Amino acid sequence: MKRRDFVKNSVVVIAGASVPLAALDIVDPNEVLAANEDIHWAFLLDTHKCVGCGFCVKACKTENDIPFEAKVTRTWVERYVFTKDDRRYIDSPDGALYGYTESRIALGKGEYQEIDPDNVGKAFFVPKLCNHCETPPCTQVCPVGATFKTDTGPVLVDKTWCIGCGYCIMACPYGARYFNPIDKVADKCTFCYHRLAKGLETACVNACPFGARKMCNIRDINDPVTKIILNQRVGVLKDEFGTRPQAFYIGLAQEVR
Amino acid sequence: MIEQVAGMVVHGQAWTVKELFVLPNEYIYWSIQIVMYPYMTGLVAGAFVLSSLYHVFGVTKLKEIARFSLVFSFALLPVAMMPLMLHLQQPFRGINVLMTPHFTSAISAFGIVFLTYAFIVAGEIWFVYRKHFVEMTNELQAKPDRTGMDSFYLLIYKCLTLGAMNLDEESLQKDHKAVKFLASIGIPVACFLHGYAGFIFGSVKANALWMTPLMPVIFICSAVVSGIALCILCYVLAQEARKFLAKRKMARWANDPQAPTIEALHGAEQSEVAMTANYLLYFMIAAATLEILDMIFRGYTQVKSWDILREVILERDFTKIFILQYGLGNVLPFILMMLPGRTVRRTTIATVLVLFGVFMMRWNVVIGGQAFSLSFAGFMDYHLPIIPHDMETFKEGLFGALTVIATPFVLFWFLAKVVPPFLKGDELH
Ligand code: SF4
Ligand code: SF4
Repeated sequence: MKRRDFVKNSVVVIAGASVPLAALDIVDPNEVLAANEDIHWAFLLDTHKCVGCGFCVKACKTENDIPFEAKVTRTWVERYVFTKDDRRYIDSPDGALYGYTESRIALGKGEYQEIDPDNVGKAFFVPKLCNHCETPPCTQVCPVGATFKTDTGPVLVDKTWCIGCGYCIMACPYGARYFNPIDKVADKCTFCYHRLAKGLETACVNACPFGARKMCNIRDINDPVTKIILNQRVGVLKDEFGTRPQAFYIGLAQEVR
Repeated sequence: MIEQVAGMVVHGQAWTVKELFVLPNEYIYWSIQIVMYPYMTGLVAGAFVLSSLYHVFGVTKLKEIARFSLVFSFALLPVAMMPLMLHLQQPFRGINVLMTPHFTSAISAFGIVFLTYAFIVAGEIWFVYRKHFVEMTNELQAKPDRTGMDSFYLLIYKCLTLGAMNLDEESLQKDHKAVKFLASIGIPVACFLHGYAGFIFGSVKANALWMTPLMPVIFICSAVVSGIALCILCYVLAQEARKFLAKRKMARWANDPQAPTIEALHGAEQSEVAMTANYLLYFMIAAATLEILDMIFRGYTQVKSWDILREVILERDFTKIFILQYGLGNVLPFILMMLPGRTVRRTTIATVLVLFGVFMMRWNVVIGGQAFSLSFAGFMDYHLPIIPHDMETFKEGLFGALTVIATPFVLFWFLAKVVPPFLKGDELH
């Protein structure tokens, strides 16, 4: 082979080899999804509809393999009771895993408070979960980048890379994070990322018999849930932290923090 | 699976007691080791700043204690890292911080800042002691009947000289310049190292007690306070031990003509301690001013979190903050040192109190910051695990903390064999 031919052939081979690489690059599904501005998951919670049954908590723990005994939870329900003489009681025993079957309020340290039903001014339940904040302080503080915001919204933890420093747990203003007792890494609600990927709704949305929990793609303005968020008066938790939560609430009271 | 894990304890549950409404996932996640972490880095930074007072600003009266604190600062260095490692849930992944540092995080650059600082201190020690290394090498080499131990030391000293055996006036002058240079860049780096620890807390917006831009500055001042106090304390203890040796003419001092006399030791101790105690006072005033300013500001502005903070500061943690931290740890030592006729003994007692006070300050910041719920409607109590019943309660319990405290002294003991922290007779002023 002449030197000239060799050069020519090499050029052809290199060019030929780079084409499929480039082609792969173009159809890389991750990049396509990353560029996909059409999906952004959001959550809607209607506190008027929640009855504190705790089905969502059970469903979540079952779906995500968080032992029932472990006193941590990805989602929980809080109970607020305000009496007519302006006393405020809040509790969430076991995160409402077993539902609110008792009328007495847990005060911690094994103490309880009985409340006269006639004295109750207002009472309601508030389901909570990770807000998958738009500007999450939890991902900002992770020293190794083990927790991150995905392109479609959910904030996730890479459990193979987390060093378990707990900084993200400290940084979340909502108490959404904890240490997973089995994996020994930071853990939290994932918006059931694995289910979303299969086109399913989250386990808690699926389990709620009263429709207090709903999910939507907030970029799809024709989605009925998106319409509620856009058209009605909804609130978010602890707005003052500038985290821009993506879990919206209907009927939020100012006492809920 | 659920049966298997019955009675499963999640991290933090073992030492957290919740009261009223606390969110289900809230525990005292940052416990005693995170109290130790700023405490130990503070001591490192403070000891270094003290040594720099001599090397940079030429406060010659501090010559001996400066050298002592430089070596001590080096012994403390690895210990600044220890509590962080002990507290990680995945300690073997600690190296990830250097592999994939995520620079928006205040902890991520810790490894880098820490290593930079370590190199500066090591470099400074090397330049200060190069002469000593060379002299020792020559001396041991000239020795006709070397024992096994001598040969071992010879090897160490030979390596430590790094082949730079020149001891003429010019090269010593160069050493001196290098020390000065390293010490002067060391001060900002030491402050950075510790201010940084303050930033780790001060930047957590979720925590009403921690979030204040004053935090790094408060941390730096109290770091210097604790570092100086520890150096005085250890220096006095060491001098007392040496006085004892001198009195008895014990051990190898018996026939060493260069061994210091009691009078020399006593004189050195007096003047060094008197001088250092003044610096201690200045920094104590600065630290207390800032801390009180912070508290007054919170009380005056009364933002939303003040209700719960007031309850924590003025009621639940009152003893820990006002009696132990400010009373015992600030006011009392201050009085002890300000009263006329200050003696070494009184100063030493004061330094012990100051060290305790700074420890309480760290405690009140770290644990106090987690004493109330994010819901502002409940409280958490921390019960330090004393008797360990598993690895976790050991690491994050009393014994874990004691291990951290004991390590620098052990390291110092070994270090002092190679780099003597005290000056020889003719070098004393
Ligand atoms: S709610 Fe907490 S854990 Fe979830 S994204 Fe926001 S800050 Fe992070
Ligand atoms: S606990 Fe894990 S995810 Fe959280 S900040 Fe630390 S390393 Fe990152």
